[in-house]
Amino acid sequence: MNLQTLQSKARAVRRDIITMTSKAGAGHPGGSLSCTDALVALYFDVMNVSPENEKDPNRDRFVLSKGHAAPALYGTLCERGYFGPEEFDKFRQLHGILQGHPDIKKCPGVDASTGSLGQGISIAVGMALGAKHTGNPCHVYTVIGDGESQEGLVWEASMAAAHYKLDNLTVILDHNGLQIDGSNDEVMSLGDIKAKAVAFGYDVIEVADGNDMQQVLDALHAPACPGKPRYILLQTLKGKGVSFMEGQVGWHGKAPNAEQAAEALKELEG
Amino acid sequence: MEKKAIRVAYGEALVKLGETNEKVVVLDADLASATMTNAFKKAYPGRFYDCGIAEANMVDMAAGMSTMGLIPFCSTFAVFAGRSYDQIRNGVCYPKFNVKFGFSHAGITLGEDGGSHQAIEDLALMCVLPNMTVFVPSDANECYACVEAAAKIDGPVYIRTSRLATPVYDPRPFTFGKGTVIKDGKDCVIFTCGIMLEHSLNAVEVLAEKGIDAALVSFHTLKPFDEQLACEYAVKCKKVFTVEEHSVIGGLGDTVAPLIVGKGVEAFRKIGINDVFGQSGKPADLLLEYGLTGPQIADKIISSL
Repeated sequence: MNLQTLQSKARAVRRDIITMTSKAGAGHPGGSLSCTDALVALYFDVMNVSPENEKDPNRDRFVLSKGHAAPALYGTLCERGYFGPEEFDKFRQLHGILQGHPDIKKCPGVDASTGSLGQGISIAVGMALGAKHTGNPCHVYTVIGDGESQEGLVWEASMAAAHYKLDNLTVILDHNGLQIDGSNDEVMSLGDIKAKAVAFGYDVIEVADGNDMQQVLDALHAPACPGKPRYILLQTLKGKGVSFMEGQVGWHGKAPNAEQAAEALKELEG
Repeated sequence: MEKKAIRVAYGEALVKLGETNEKVVVLDADLASATMTNAFKKAYPGRFYDCGIAEANMVDMAAGMSTMGLIPFCSTFAVFAGRSYDQIRNGVCYPKFNVKFGFSHAGITLGEDGGSHQAIEDLALMCVLPNMTVFVPSDANECYACVEAAAKIDGPVYIRTSRLATPVYDPRPFTFGKGTVIKDGKDCVIFTCGIMLEHSLNAVEVLAEKGIDAALVSFHTLKPFDEQLACEYAVKCKKVFTVEEHSVIGGLGDTVAPLIVGKGVEAFRKIGINDVFGQSGKPADLLLEYGLTGPQIADKIISSL
């Protein structure tokens, strides 16, 4: 898919994020907006997935390990045709398919129920290992958070990914630098996260602007490194695309009110 | 009587299952020689995955593997059900993934390693999770049947196994979710599970010597529980005792208690670990210390009649 179309899709997903969090009066817009470009690239250009092949065992898999960024996933799945935008009205509501965190039992296109941080990457490692075991040619992608990387399980899973030489796994770090209580460095410094990823046995690609569609595509399309899992370090901006949310820790888990949503949607037109 | 540890039977059962079911893979967290999954490792090295000393990751890896059509059996010590609980809850039970847990060395009869390693709470943790099936085999033969049944269930299953060599009884018919009447009786009924069957049988003998005709029912399936059989015997015998190698909170006793309310039961007592941790010691000494030998069980029953 051409670059302009993908950029346009990303703007549409960002509008969806604003729309659903605003309607629900809850949700996590900041960290959804920061990983939107990666999700759009994956679902519209990189992965062999579509609503038509939803049950195909050989389809690629995606696990949103930072499950609180569910609005970004829901927006992407909607734009990709897995369900209609009417579902946004029931985001986080009783009997809705769009639960507060992704639910494989309820939402079409979701490959794993996530939300308890650290678990998604571990499940993705299991998927990649299971794919190797069964000779399934699929590739497994997972998006993790930087705050999430404070969970020990992220590193247990990373150790296993390298041990089992899972070159069919791509871990994508949405490094927006902020988490609920402040910056990563204020809460629990990640130190040299790139060096850590290298030390854990990943083949690491760093993307200077993880919200630049072309740069994201280049990283995701880079040939696999045989015998090594891939780690893509996306330097992103929390709240990307909405000026008053960008780089603001306060928009981690707060929904815009109607007025703020209107302003945000105006910025995201086109 | 022949004795065999239930964990040994678990290992043998996995090997047998592996012969006919290609989808079965086994994961362990560096305890294969203790949980006895090393038998499977030897038989099918390409289907065995060591996860290192990282139980939480083992459980979620199994969750991921199950989505590729595999049937992963995870094993470690039962005490680490706590350590990997969030993964069992959110990674496996919440999405109802097809992952099995064969957790060994449960209860105080783990022995010398002490209270830090003696799971007295695992059944409570497992029974409270939606979508989970919970098996507590009472001997090797029942363990074979539980493993076979677990592979046929589409969803998470917990199988509690023990370290100690315990009696192997003649094979009994196994029906998923159903209790087994070991002995009929009229004066009182003992409900038990797991390796406490041996000591409950002993208690029944002691009671018989004192003229008390006790019924004994063993439950290999703690969840879903055979409510009908439990109620039938509660109504019939009117004096109900539960015997388990687990905390009296959240296990067999607490499964039975709410069922018999309003059934005309005149006496009810939960016999198990009384809300304390275990300690180091020989298994036989520990059973005595915590009041779980046959004569002690009989004494507790007599004092409640």
